[in-house]
Amino acid sequence: MGLFDRLKKGLQRTKELLQTDIRDLFKSGELLTEEKLEQFYSKLILTDMGVPAAREIVDEVREKHFGRTVVIDEIWATVKARLKILLKGSENTLWDVENFLSPLAMAPTGPTVILVAGVNGVGKTTSIAKLANLLHKAGRKVVLAAGDTFRAAAVEQLTMWSKRIGCDIVTKPSGSDPAAVAYAGCARALETGADVVVIDTAGRLQTQQNLMKQLEKIRRVIGDKIPGAPHEVLLVLDATTGQNGVSQAQKFSESVACTGLVLAKLDGTAKGGVVVAIRQQMNLPVKYVGLGEQIDDMEVFNPDNFVEALFAG
Amino acid sequence: MFESITKGLEGALSFLRGQTKLTEKNIREALQAVRQSLLEADVNYDVAQSFCDRVARVAVGTEVLDSLKPFEQFVGVVHRELIQLMGPVDHTLNLAKGQVGVIMMCGLQGSGKTTTCGKLAKMLQGEGWRPLLVAADLQRPAAIDQLRIIGEQLGVPVYTEPPTSNPVKVCQNGVALARKQGDVDVVILDTAGRLHIDDELMQELKQIDRTVEPDQVLLVCDAMTGQDAVNSAKVFNAALELNGVVLTKLDGDARGGAALSVKSVTGVPIKYIGVGEQLDKLEMFHPDRMASRILGMGDVLTLFEKAQQHFDAEQMAAQQEKLRKGKFTLTDFRNQMQQVKKLGSFSSIMKMIPGMGRISEMMNDADMDPEQDLGKIEAIISSMTEAERENPEIIDISRRRRIAAGSGTEPSMINKLLKEFTNAQKMMQNMAGQSHLDRLRSLQQMASMGAFDPGAEVSFGKNRSARAEIDKEKKKRQRKDAKKQRKKNRR
Repeated sequence: MGLFDRLKKGLQRTKELLQTDIRDLFKSGELLTEEKLEQFYSKLILTDMGVPAAREIVDEVREKHFGRTVVIDEIWATVKARLKILLKGSENTLWDVENFLSPLAMAPTGPTVILVAGVNGVGKTTSIAKLANLLHKAGRKVVLAAGDTFRAAAVEQLTMWSKRIGCDIVTKPSGSDPAAVAYAGCARALETGADVVVIDTAGRLQTQQNLMKQLEKIRRVIGDKIPGAPHEVLLVLDATTGQNGVSQAQKFSESVACTGLVLAKLDGTAKGGVVVAIRQQMNLPVKYVGLGEQIDDMEVFNPDNFVEALFAG
Repeated sequence: MFESITKGLEGALSFLRGQTKLTEKNIREALQAVRQSLLEADVNYDVAQSFCDRVARVAVGTEVLDSLKPFEQFVGVVHRELIQLMGPVDHTLNLAKGQVGVIMMCGLQGSGKTTTCGKLAKMLQGEGWRPLLVAADLQRPAAIDQLRIIGEQLGVPVYTEPPTSNPVKVCQNGVALARKQGDVDVVILDTAGRLHIDDELMQELKQIDRTVEPDQVLLVCDAMTGQDAVNSAKVFNAALELNGVVLTKLDGDARGGAALSVKSVTGVPIKYIGVGEQLDKLEMFHPDRMASRILGMGDVLTLFEKAQQHFDAEQMAAQQEKLRKGKFTLTDFRNQMQQVKKLGSFSSIMKMIPGMGRISEMMNDADMDPEQDLGKIEAIISSMTEAERENPEIIDISRRRRIAAGSGTEPSMINKLLKEFTNAQKMMQNMAGQSHLDRLRSLQQMASMGAFDPGAEVSFGKNRSARAEIDKEKKKRQRKDAKKQRKKNRR
């Protein structure tokens, strides 16, 4: 199954929701009224894209099509174009979807360090496993650092994944200093000449200042061991997350300067629309999407396909 | 918790403050703002819409009472409707003594099921039940280990089978074991997280439901969930007839719109809320308190309850007595600080006091760490001798240096503390003669006067305009006394 199809499948529910409803909403030949726009607005809100983004889209549709007879394709084109602009951000980012490594900033020499963070239960460990698996398959030598020393059995969870993938892992007993694990991970990579270190961290709510400080320390320690590291700081976001995702992106960026998002669990009915809000307000791009529970259910995020799949017939 | 709803509503309603009458027009305006803030807080679109409609109907229909300002009246309506939207709640789990009760937990991946199982077990343990945890999550790697570790921490037995087993069998066997052994009277089933559109896994859940016939089925729901919360809750409810919802991760800045939505769409009440990662961080859900909190009216009830649980009554009474007599010493100050500390973090306490929620937020923004400051103050007081604590006037430069060295602080901090203490002492003497309510009022007054202004380094002393006129004679006398004291100390 091609990437496009899978994304489509993952987003099917969103599409169904948006499309069936919007089809019912806008009928060719009818006048576009304020009432219709309000209904359209409600559908956009239901994707979790947030009030400002939804307003922006509705305002543009109103400006271009209000009071005129509906031509569905034209309205579509407006909505799609606006969404794509919102998602591509100011640099008009596009990655090579075929090349899994294209969104990652790799170190010019020595190991590349990827720090992964996020709130509790968003799927960090699973996303790391998927990432490691793809890197491993691409012929990179991967070291995992099991930095979630807080949650019961998190280390075991990552260890199981490392065995399945067949990559190296650095662990310390539960309760150890996560920064020490990160440090050891970097040290191991330097020792064994590994290409990529992926560092897991314990889930933390962005409001827990002590834990955010701990995250800063992890980042600092990594930089001490390998200058220039971490090269990537990925924030994992649950697709079911609502507007709190913006707060997550903000606070995590403040603490460890995130470079991108991983949008996990996009295979449900949740729309993950909050990434639009995050892109709009923080200009933080989505780099990968998680589309299922299997280890290769991860893809490079493509704003064009995302929007296309959202509306494709 | 719920801060942003609060912020939005406060903002939305504050424009009503200046109005003298509730008209259809200004109500509509206020509601528009209320709706937007609810949407920004992830309240489901339809729920927000119908909530606003209902408030509009009630508000327009209410007669404007002469005694009430329109602002207060509108807040009253919103408050009542919020409570209605989230309540009523039934906190009981309907477990019959003398037989083995079964509680089944379900939810999406990552909502916090396993942790909540542990919290629930701890809570039941505290009520005298003997729980057994059953690890029926065979999907996520190491989920079984996680539950086992939690069981060890609590001293609660955990029933496990190898991951190759079948979840339905695990539940069946776990419950059967509990019934046979007799040293367990409630079984908590930790099922795997699943998507509500995964038919196969939903079927499996139904099968567990049919075979073990749990007394309670609880849905664990992440407070950070967006508009989709309603969809998944609906499907889980249709499949399993949920008895309640446990809303988790409410200790973050989650807007918690899910709480407002799930109840109103599914009719399933929220029973408990998870407010932290530790296993004792499970609380009863109180719609009335939550509604007050949302409206920025504070949560004094919870605070009182907590205080009752943690405060040493005798010690409190003794301190009250001292306060009344105006004999409040640094020792009492420290004791009180230690008691207050038992209630939780400074910011979490502040949030429960009406009008103080924003102050704790301001402190966060200003990057202040009251916890750390309090720690320093405690260290300073602990480094004093008994005599110094009872009679701080005797603290001269050399004593100050000693205390600073002992507590790892600067002598200037000790000065500051003593100054603050004198001010606080005065304030407390004033408050000692007041009723609880008056005290709360004066606290709020202080806040509005800027007593907790985070911009000021020292909270109390800086408010110069509030300072009483300086009695020069008295000052002179004080200086003389201090000089004498210093001489004495030198000897």
